[in-house]
Amino acid sequence: MEFEEKAINSTEEKEEKIYLASQWQLIWWKFKRHRLAMVAFFVLIVFYFIAICCEFISPTDPYQRSQFIYAPPQKIRFWDSKSGFSLRPFVYGYKIERDPITFENIYKEDVTAKYKIYFFVRGFEYKLFGLFPTNIHLFGVKDGYIFLFGTDQLGRDMFSRIMYGTRISLSVGLVGVAISFILGLILGGLSGYMGGNIDNIIQRIIDVLISLPTIPLWLAFAAAVPQDWSPLKVYFITTIILSIFGWTTLARTIRGKLLSMREEDFVMAARLCGASTSRIILRHMLPGFASYIIVSLTLAIPNMILGETALSYLGVGLRPPVISWGVLLQDAQDVRTIGLHPWMLYPCIFVVLAVLMFNFLGDGLRDAADPYAR
Amino acid sequence: MIEYLIRRLLFLIPVLLIVSIVAYMVIELPPGDYLTTHIMRLRAAGTHVAEDEIARLTRMFGLDKPPHIRYFLWIWKIVRYGDLGLSFQWNKPVTEVIGERLALTMTISIITLLFSWTIGILIGIYSATHQYSIFDYSFTFLGFIGVSIPSYLLALVIMYFVYSRFGLAVTGLFSPAYADAPWSIHKVLDLLSHIWLPVVIIGTGGTAGIARIMRGTLLDELRKQYVITARAKGLPERRLIFKYPVRIAINPLISSISWLLPSIISGETITSIVLNLPTCGPVLFRALMTQDEYLAGSFILILSSLAIIGALIADLVLAWIDPRIRYEKMEG
Repeated sequence: MEFEEKAINSTEEKEEKIYLASQWQLIWWKFKRHRLAMVAFFVLIVFYFIAICCEFISPTDPYQRSQFIYAPPQKIRFWDSKSGFSLRPFVYGYKIERDPITFENIYKEDVTAKYKIYFFVRGFEYKLFGLFPTNIHLFGVKDGYIFLFGTDQLGRDMFSRIMYGTRISLSVGLVGVAISFILGLILGGLSGYMGGNIDNIIQRIIDVLISLPTIPLWLAFAAAVPQDWSPLKVYFITTIILSIFGWTTLARTIRGKLLSMREEDFVMAARLCGASTSRIILRHMLPGFASYIIVSLTLAIPNMILGETALSYLGVGLRPPVISWGVLLQDAQDVRTIGLHPWMLYPCIFVVLAVLMFNFLGDGLRDAADPYAR
Repeated sequence: MIEYLIRRLLFLIPVLLIVSIVAYMVIELPPGDYLTTHIMRLRAAGTHVAEDEIARLTRMFGLDKPPHIRYFLWIWKIVRYGDLGLSFQWNKPVTEVIGERLALTMTISIITLLFSWTIGILIGIYSATHQYSIFDYSFTFLGFIGVSIPSYLLALVIMYFVYSRFGLAVTGLFSPAYADAPWSIHKVLDLLSHIWLPVVIIGTGGTAGIARIMRGTLLDELRKQYVITARAKGLPERRLIFKYPVRIAINPLISSISWLLPSIISGETITSIVLNLPTCGPVLFRALMTQDEYLAGSFILILSSLAIIGALIADLVLAWIDPRIRYEKMEG
């Protein structure tokens, strides 16, 4: 009897909790149930952590050249035939032989050269967050060298280069989406709130932009960027080019929500109370569709990342010395290069992983965006 | 229906106008022009270029007139004579350079479209009728990956695998023997034996999208009461599914052409650059790099128009098949 009462109480409590929960709490609860989206969420946190402190995670200076040209990735080992198992991981050095016909380096593992991997090693100097000068790195070797993902045609460490590329590639997504967001908010807001001819014109422009093939147009605009511009300028113009075609979906979402919400009672009430237009939109309507905006933004980021990668890959987006995943893939254009040095394709894995994670996250957010729907 | 058709066709005019302005911006945007570069190159090589020769060339290409006049001249020539201008780089009319490549691009795009549709719909039907089965889960997961891998990266990875396994470079659309040969049945067969790879590469993303939409709509449809009624009456399952729910679920897919076609043309452009196919992509790219402005602008114009006209045809077909949409659009 007592037990039953308790059970009833707990369900009542549960219901009450649901009634009292804010919209964002409900969204979070629903989002937590989407396993893949949760995993994606944490993977992306890791990605952005790498983007923020790529210098800390890179064991080697990504611009530093070495004598090891196109060296294959070193394997992390715990087992040595001489000293047996050791808890501290290590890598073997390279033994270089020369191919008598092609004169290319052939790399063999040099079992005598054993480089132990330590955490928090001192290495090249950098400024953490661009502020604090330090030389401590997450991991590294005290003497010798470590190339976990091999090296490129100038003997530079691919692992460090990919870590640095994460910063540029992922931030292009955010900056690009921020620009699209502003465009989408203004144009979608105008369209939805004003209605009439303005709405008609903006909607037709969106129709046209959506039905255009993006890559040829991106290529065309990016190719028009002068070669002598500074890397920073090229970075921003590239994101702007990507956003020119990226704001449309967002503007559509905002317009649709504004249109459906314009007729709601609470908007009428606010208007009767004498609230200004901007106050009605920002204070009363925006919270109502903020979750949908976040979903559209999340799903727009991967397109930006892919766009940047495509442009840089073809050599019309970002250019060396800037490091992005697309710039790194520029070196993997030739079949023979990637056939002989498949680790040059590793940036691919990161691109696909980041895009996949954003898609999972967006999918989970979309389900959670409307917590009142069944 | 006719009123709807006329309205859509009239709407096409401002759209194509916007597209032509965008394409013209591509022509005008880069600083400098091909002629200046060309003359500089000739002078660097030691060739004497007379001033009146330069003036003649400038006049011939219309470079002495202000931009907006040149735009109208350009449009006028296209509309009146079908003349897209001259490719500086090839020293041939643009139409001649584009012709065969455009045909190949269209062939690949249409085959890719059909491929995406067929495979996507089949997977969608299977996933919806076997919801939460192992295959449904794996298709859903593969679909996510398919949407996330851009076609040119897929092309790179496949190129790597074929090269490392068989030592072959999978580039081009023809065997060397047929590359420059005139068209014959054997050349068509040769094309067909090569075309499947780009089709699969370009089509993967679209296929995944179609399968996802198909699964969703079909699932909604299968829950409806008429399906239960039909099942209760003892209609065989296969006939039951294909006779009504599948047909209804396919309808909204027709409108998917409006986003599928631009994305296929987009994917085709960049994949053909990676795989070096004899289609529009590589030539467009080279034209952009060398500032061969009329050629680049024409490609942008034609590719964009293709996507827009394709979407229009899809809309019309949909309106023709589904009267509900026809009326809704007329009122709205």
